[in-house]
Amino acid sequence: MKQPPSQISSLTTYMLAVRDDRDRTAFALLFDHFAPRLKGFIMRSGTGGGQAEEIVQEVMLTIWRKAEQFDPERAQVSAWVYQIARNRQIDVIRKENRPLPEELGEDPGSEPDASQILAVEQEAGQLKDALLKLKPDQRDMIEKAYLGELTHQEISSQTGLPLGTIKSRIRLGLEKLRYELKELR
Amino acid sequence: MTAITHHAPDALLAAYAAGNLPQPFGLALAAHISLCLECRAAYEAHLVSGGAVLETSEAEVVSEGLKSNVLDLLDTPAVEEKAYQRSGVYPGPVVEALKGKPPRWKSLGMGVRQSILSDGREGSVRLLYIPSGRAVPDHSHNGLELTLVLQGSFSDETGRFGVGDLEVADQSLEHTPIADEGPPCICLAATDAPLRFNSFVPRLLQPLFRI
Ligand SMILES: [Zn+2]
Repeated sequence: MKQPPSQISSLTTYMLAVRDDRDRTAFALLFDHFAPRLKGFIMRSGTGGGQAEEIVQEVMLTIWRKAEQFDPERAQVSAWVYQIARNRQIDVIRKENRPLPEELGEDPGSEPDASQILAVEQEAGQLKDALLKLKPDQRDMIEKAYLGELTHQEISSQTGLPLGTIKSRIRLGLEKLRYELKELR
Repeated sequence: MTAITHHAPDALLAAYAAGNLPQPFGLALAAHISLCLECRAAYEAHLVSGGAVLETSEAEVVSEGLKSNVLDLLDTPAVEEKAYQRSGVYPGPVVEALKGKPPRWKSLGMGVRQSILSDGREGSVRLLYIPSGRAVPDHSHNGLELTLVLQGSFSDETGRFGVGDLEVADQSLEHTPIADEGPPCICLAATDAPLRFNSFVPRLLQPLFRI
C-alpha cells in the first residue's frame, strides 16, 4: 500500500489501494471494518441474519468490482458504501432495480487533491458527530429515514435532520462538481 | 440551456437517497439528478448522512466463513450490468426505462401523445409529448405528481418550466400547464396514484387509454 498523505483516513487509503492497485490486503481490511456494520445495519430493517450476510457479501463484492467509481474528492467511503448497500438491499428484497442517476464523466486523470479529500472527510466526520449528539428520539428519526423506513411525507414532517451540516456538504459538493464539469469541457 | 430553477424538495431527495420512493418517483428523481448539479450535490450529501448512520450502526458478528467466501469470489467475473447513456433529450435512467429503444408514442388527441414507461401498484410513469399551445394533460390530483421537462417548456399559474425543471404538484394545486411556443414539450410525468385526465379525455374512456 502506498503511504498516504498523513491525515487522510485509513478507510480512504484502503479504498484507494483497492481502486488503484487492486490490493487484496486493503480489501480485507475494508471487509473487517464494514462487514459487521453492514450486517447490523441491514438487520435493523428486519432482515434475518442469513439473508443479511448474503447482502453483505454482495455489497463487499460490489465494492471490489465497482471500485473505479469511487471518487474520494466527492464521496466519503461510508457514503459510497451506504449507497451500494441500499441498492443491493432493494435488489434482493424488492426484486427490482432502483433507478440511479447517470454517472458523471471520468475525472481526466488528475492527481487526487488531498485537501479536497480531507474536506470531504471532515464534513462527513462533523455529520457523524452531529448525529451522535442528537437527542435519542431525533436520532431515531434520522436513522429510520436513512434505513429507508420513512416515506418522503414522513420525512418532510420531521424537523430533526441536521440540515446545517448537510447544507455545507452541498456547497462543497457543488463546487467540486462544477469544477469537474469545467475540466471535462 | 437555461438554468434549472425548479428543484426536488429535500424530503424527496432524502427518501430517494434512502431508496424509499415509489419506483415512478425514483425514476423522476434519477432523471432530474442526471440533469441538475444542485440536486446531485444535495443527493450526495444525503448519502453522507446515510453513511454516518451506517458507521454508527451496532456491529453484528459475521459468520466465520463469510470473509474467505468473499475473498474467494473476487476473481469471479461479475455479470455485466448494461449502462445506459443519455440519448438525445432522454437522460440515462429514462433510456434505461425505455430499454434503449425510442418511445412508442400513442396519440391522446389534439397532437398530444404519451408513452407509458410503467404502470403498476406503485403508480405510473410516462412520457408526454405536447405541441406548443396545447395543454399538458391535467394529471391526477389524487396523490403527488412529478413532472420533469426534457424538451421545450410549459407554463402554468405557478411559473415557467424549462428543460431540467421539476414540477411537484399535489392535490392542492389546480393548474393548467400549457406548452410554450417553440419545439414540442416533452416531459416525464410520474405519479403515485392512478392517472386521470380531467381535461379532454372523458373519464369513462380512461380504462381504454390505461390512464
Ligand atoms: Zn435540481
